[in-house]
Amino acid sequence: MLNESFYHALNVNTDQCTGCTHCMMKCPTSAIRIRDGKATIRQDWCVDCGECMRACPVDAIYVAQDDFARIFDFKVRVALLPAVFFGQFADTVSDERIHAAVQEIGFTHVCQVEQTADVITRRMVQAQGEMPDKPLISPFCPAIVRLIQVRFPALVDHIIPIKPPIDATSILYKQMLIGQGIDESDIGLFYVTPCAAKIAAVKSPVGEKQSVINGVINMDFLYNKVQQLLIQQPDVGQGMALEIPPIPHKGALWSLTNGEADRMQGRCLAIDEIHNVIELLDQLETTDQITDVDFLELRGCDEGCAGGVLMSRNRFLIVERLRKKTLSMKDGSLTDNPAYGAALDYLDEHLTLDEIHPRSIQAFGADVGQALKKMQQARNLMCYLPGIDCGACGAPNCQSLAEDITRREANLSHCIFLQRTMEKHRKLSSDHAIRIIEKTWGKDRLDKDCRKKGAKYEGK
Amino acid sequence: MELTYEVEGGNFSKAGHASSSIKKVLKQLNVDPKVVKRVVVALYEAEVNVVAHAYNGIITARVEQGSVSIEVRDQGPGIPDIPLAMQAGYSTASAKVREMGFGAGMGLPNMKKNVDVLNISSQVGVGTRVELITYF
Repeated sequence: MLNESFYHALNVNTDQCTGCTHCMMKCPTSAIRIRDGKATIRQDWCVDCGECMRACPVDAIYVAQDDFARIFDFKVRVALLPAVFFGQFADTVSDERIHAAVQEIGFTHVCQVEQTADVITRRMVQAQGEMPDKPLISPFCPAIVRLIQVRFPALVDHIIPIKPPIDATSILYKQMLIGQGIDESDIGLFYVTPCAAKIAAVKSPVGEKQSVINGVINMDFLYNKVQQLLIQQPDVGQGMALEIPPIPHKGALWSLTNGEADRMQGRCLAIDEIHNVIELLDQLETTDQITDVDFLELRGCDEGCAGGVLMSRNRFLIVERLRKKTLSMKDGSLTDNPAYGAALDYLDEHLTLDEIHPRSIQAFGADVGQALKKMQQARNLMCYLPGIDCGACGAPNCQSLAEDITRREANLSHCIFLQRTMEKHRKLSSDHAIRIIEKTWGKDRLDKDCRKKGAKYEGK
Repeated sequence: MELTYEVEGGNFSKAGHASSSIKKVLKQLNVDPKVVKRVVVALYEAEVNVVAHAYNGIITARVEQGSVSIEVRDQGPGIPDIPLAMQAGYSTASAKVREMGFGAGMGLPNMKKNVDVLNISSQVGVGTRVELITYF
């Protein structure tokens, strides 16, 4: 078990956070607690899936990105753009115009992330023949890789150790630029991300020592910039003879649901949305229902990357547009592009991921004997807790509160129902009870406030 | 620590409930994932056996530091010939059950393969008691 510290892209803006429990209730690893009226994320349990950000009604959870101005630290500024970015724009906006707009904003090169899909597929199919533990699991979605590390450690050996398109393409593109005689220190690779998990994967990669990517830009940020530019300068890219290198058709759809499963061999399942994935992995560990499946494409977001938390448009429309757009593009493979040449051989040698280690959530600590004691203690505590799972104690459910108590991170009196019982038996004064609630929910949290969301003067 | 689960004969959609719950407990205790897998595979087989053959059953798992012992006791037809039932591929499952993907005759052999101790006793017309012990 490795004890590494992981970079997390998801942060809570405590000025915005109203301490409303929405995020806490949605977190698939129960990593969120409310303390002093604000959400706090347990760093070692978080998998960066972004469910909390999606659930937040006041936009208090945000994805930290690199300062955009950093791109100008480099002479050669490459925007690594995933296909879903293009799916956000109206049919009337050509890919050429989008490329031109991205360059107008400051990038010198636009590189489509999924262009290495064919190379990766070939290697993944090859791995299918070599790896004994079926079903094999796609390494594509970083939230899922992390979820498996923390919640399904027995399944890490099922993950195919091949780098996903973003890593493969950045290695290839950088190598190509170096081959053109550009100094390595002049090259800045910036990934435009549809989600938080991918940022975390770049900042602290799993199965890789260091990413070649220099920075990460949130996709909603770039979308807004491009959209604004297209409106303010309608002629941008107009009449420009921009040569967009051909991209393998199926590759462009890689990040959508079924994008990988369609191309692997045997019985393949594509599952999207993290709770669906958890349900399946649970069954995979227990029953024999999933035994004759060869490959699992697992994605944290509904509709794959089109449903990423940093996407600005309706995910179903993005999927529909992307499928249509792809058909009208020039189909081609990487090997058709002479510019890559020797860089492709280099990529072939650098496509394998290092070993992926489990790092299980240890709710009761690492020692089995101690854990057994704490678990028994938690089961005893559950006799007293009401099982209402209301979240008013600042933990997502009674079970989590019981576990927190065994770790001395909370007390039984955090439960508002037990407080009433304690008051009735005169074991707790009402002043003390209020103080406990204020500790969880913040001072003055229970005072009248007409400006809160949904109240009389909301927003004033 | 003792955990108890009821198993309902004939209810295949619920088969695996006890295995899943015990898996969760063992995982939380940081038992080696390979051991967890063995325990769960064996228990799942036992659970499905009760669902497939018996009227009802009770699963009692005792988790201690270093071992997990599970008793699966059912009220059902019983096993007339235990050595025969232990043979790989031998099955009494009806065609209907096989159609559902159960009854390949690997239940008991699979259990034996995955646990350290397997004890079976049975009385025809009364029921069967299976004990599965795994050390870790």
